[in-house]
Amino acid sequence: MGLTGLEIFKQLPKTNCKDCGQPTCLAFAMQLASGKAGLDQCPHVSDAAKEALDSASAPPVALVKIGKGEKELQLGNETVLFRHDKRFEHPTGIAIAVNDNDSEIAFKVGEINKLVFDRVGQIHNVNLVAVVNASGDAAKFAEAAKTVQENTPFPLVLISEDAAAMGAALEVAGANAPLICGANAANLDAMVELAKKYDAPLVIKGAGLDELAALVEKAGYKKVILDSGAREVNKVLADQTQIRRQALKKFRSFGYPTITFADNPDPIQVIVDAGVYIAKYAGIVVLNTADPADILPLITLRLNIYTDPQKPIAVESKLYEIANPGPDDPVFVTTNFSLTYFNVQGDVEAGRFPAYILPVDTDGISVLTGWAAGKFTPEKITEMLNTSGITDKVSHRKVIIPGGVAVLSGKLQELSGWEVLVGPRDSAGIPSFYKQRWGK
Amino acid sequence: MAVTIAKEKWTSKVGEMVLGADSSVKVGGESTLPFLHFEGEMPNKTVLALEVWDLDPTDWPEILRKPFADVLADPVAWAKKCVEYGADAVALRFMSAHPDFKDASPEDCAVTAKAVAEAVNVPLILIGCGVEEKDAEVLEKAGEALAGKNCLIGCATEKNYKTITATAMVNGHSVIASSPLDINLAKQLNILMTEMNLPTNRIAIDPLVGALGYGIEYAYSIMERARMGALTGDKMLAMPVICFVGQEAWKAKEAKSTSEEAPEWGAQERRAILWEVLTTTTFAQAGGSIFILRHPETVKQVKVHVNKMMESNAY
Ligand code: B12
Ligand code: SF4
Repeated sequence: MGLTGLEIFKQLPKTNCKDCGQPTCLAFAMQLASGKAGLDQCPHVSDAAKEALDSASAPPVALVKIGKGEKELQLGNETVLFRHDKRFEHPTGIAIAVNDNDSEIAFKVGEINKLVFDRVGQIHNVNLVAVVNASGDAAKFAEAAKTVQENTPFPLVLISEDAAAMGAALEVAGANAPLICGANAANLDAMVELAKKYDAPLVIKGAGLDELAALVEKAGYKKVILDSGAREVNKVLADQTQIRRQALKKFRSFGYPTITFADNPDPIQVIVDAGVYIAKYAGIVVLNTADPADILPLITLRLNIYTDPQKPIAVESKLYEIANPGPDDPVFVTTNFSLTYFNVQGDVEAGRFPAYILPVDTDGISVLTGWAAGKFTPEKITEMLNTSGITDKVSHRKVIIPGGVAVLSGKLQELSGWEVLVGPRDSAGIPSFYKQRWGK
Repeated sequence: MAVTIAKEKWTSKVGEMVLGADSSVKVGGESTLPFLHFEGEMPNKTVLALEVWDLDPTDWPEILRKPFADVLADPVAWAKKCVEYGADAVALRFMSAHPDFKDASPEDCAVTAKAVAEAVNVPLILIGCGVEEKDAEVLEKAGEALAGKNCLIGCATEKNYKTITATAMVNGHSVIASSPLDINLAKQLNILMTEMNLPTNRIAIDPLVGALGYGIEYAYSIMERARMGALTGDKMLAMPVICFVGQEAWKAKEAKSTSEEAPEWGAQERRAILWEVLTTTTFAQAGGSIFILRHPETVKQVKVHVNKMMESNAY
């Protein structure tokens, strides 16, 4: 969403003094437009021009940070409506709520802390703990915020529309930039004041898009998270879509990340709703469940939707052992594209037999893509057979390759000296291939 | 401050497919991105089909076998049960035709197809065993046996589309066109099939989806792009998209591992059903409109969700 060189040029002094290192102001403007220079390299640009350029070149969705230190959550900087256009930048923050009148807050927070999953070789977890002022009591709210803060490394979301209660909670938790949730038409001034005092991000909630835009403008605060007030999934989808579209059109009041609340009373539908919010632009989704059976699917969905379409996730290229294999068990060769590898791993596991898997390093691309790109070759497979340690693990010399690259078998056999078995095209055929072909 | 609602002006729409002996089920016809009622029409609900095999699926996880425990060996009874569970369609899979199983003859499959068709009053989706040459033979016979029943048959690939398309045209069925996760391959196959004079509204695109955690993002983006193609006038992408979610979701470790094997993932039943449900509802957001599912609870939950999503969100 950058400016064109000409638009930038209009704001420059047009003296061609060369202090920026460029021959002319126009040349400098072109460099700026392509991101190769920064505005601060021109010492002569006026403050007014600077502000105009800064705001025009700012990302359509502002970057907003919640919390401090290692678990700080960054949201925003989004630039597209569809992930295939570029990518989604900052994965939806998952917040799990606890009520301030709950008698087992510390225990609950402990359960939330445990929501950590290892997937495609990466660690994934929830991001925030939300403290809800369900009691309506300021002291209780502050006390709960304190307990939560002492028991979790995650930043807090403080949920209360009562400015006095919020003030009390911020006294104990304000130093860590929690998300203040939040402001509405009735308490806007007081909440903005608290946010400014603690330099913390603030949720602004409107009853609908019109009121939301008006309140954001009135607040004049920049660390904002938007809440359109919608709670039904069909309406949230519409509002989320509108807010993102408006932000991309540079409607400034909507140029912030959003927060959504999955509060459907049905225990399955609430997860489905949260899934829609993750797919459709939510900056944060607040949930009431800490059941891993609920959170694992959502975290997986988030990982998928936020994967950079241009940069696939790869697994480490090394020897993998499935179900304690021995010297007579089969060796499958594949690529280190995580999707490919996990397909093969899943299918081997589905067959319930022990095996070795060797994912060749193809820079994380699939079997056919890797073959077409010259990254999944007989040479590389041979090298993998020689260096992965598989020669010490098995007493046979038979390797199974994907059916899609059957053409590799002759050359591979010749280079490696291993007998090459051509497996099925789809790894789903591995279990029946094993039954029919292995050990016979 | 009044916000001017941002609406896209789409110029075209997804074709509408009609299924069932009495043409009672319609799918497609959207003139907007999924569920954006403020911008265009979404005249038909998603179609949720349950899978029925013509042989006992012995390797299905227990959770999946339980709801069909007494009917798994009888496709007719199984199909009836699916209708009781609320399925909009029955997807009969001729697994017995697979050389690894019974290598059943096309004629045998046709007999089963006929029996199932007579037992239920919802549309049938006839699916081969996945071996392309065999599928062409099986669908030819089964398609003939169910002439006039307006079934959806497949999967047609670049290798076997000719026989399957011809069968569909002669006997009045629609065809599932499968191509692997690639918009151009999908278009190419649709072109080949329409060149045989199969009307475009008798093709459903199968992008060979992966499950949640297993490549959902590729299919998600391909479906979004296909829908935008349809809405901007690309006739070779203006078909309903069919997703074989059940087979993929129930292959995932997260669905198959028992509560004892993976206690850190929570109770298996809840997690497994959510796996199938979320894969489905996520694809529904990207433009999927026919879903082949396996667990009746998934049908129930997705239905509740879709009914909610079909409520207006116009401003
Ligand atoms: C997405 C994609 C891309 C992505 C890459 C994504 C990635 N990380 O790989 C991008 C856009 C970058 C890309 C680029 C290219 N691609 Co490309 N791409 C695809 C696409 C659509 C899907 C690939 C995929 O993710 N498949 C899913 C994975 C899981 O499949 P898989 O790795 O093959 O694994 C399966 C099987 O092989 C088998 N299996 C895997 N391992 C094993 C092991 C054993 C032992 C067994 C038995 C089985 C088995 O089971 C798995 C599950 O079914 C395919 C079309 C298709 N659907 O195949 C084209 C495709 C692979 N690409 C192709 C080509 C030519 C290219 C390019 C060279 C040029 C181009 N056309 O864009 C470049 C090269 C990239 C480079 N220079 O690095 C061609 C290859 C043609 C051929 N047969 O040689 C294909 C087939 C498309 C086509 N028909 O033209 N591509
Ligand atoms: S330093 Fe500024 S004023 Fe001087 S040439 Fe560069 S852009 Fe122009």
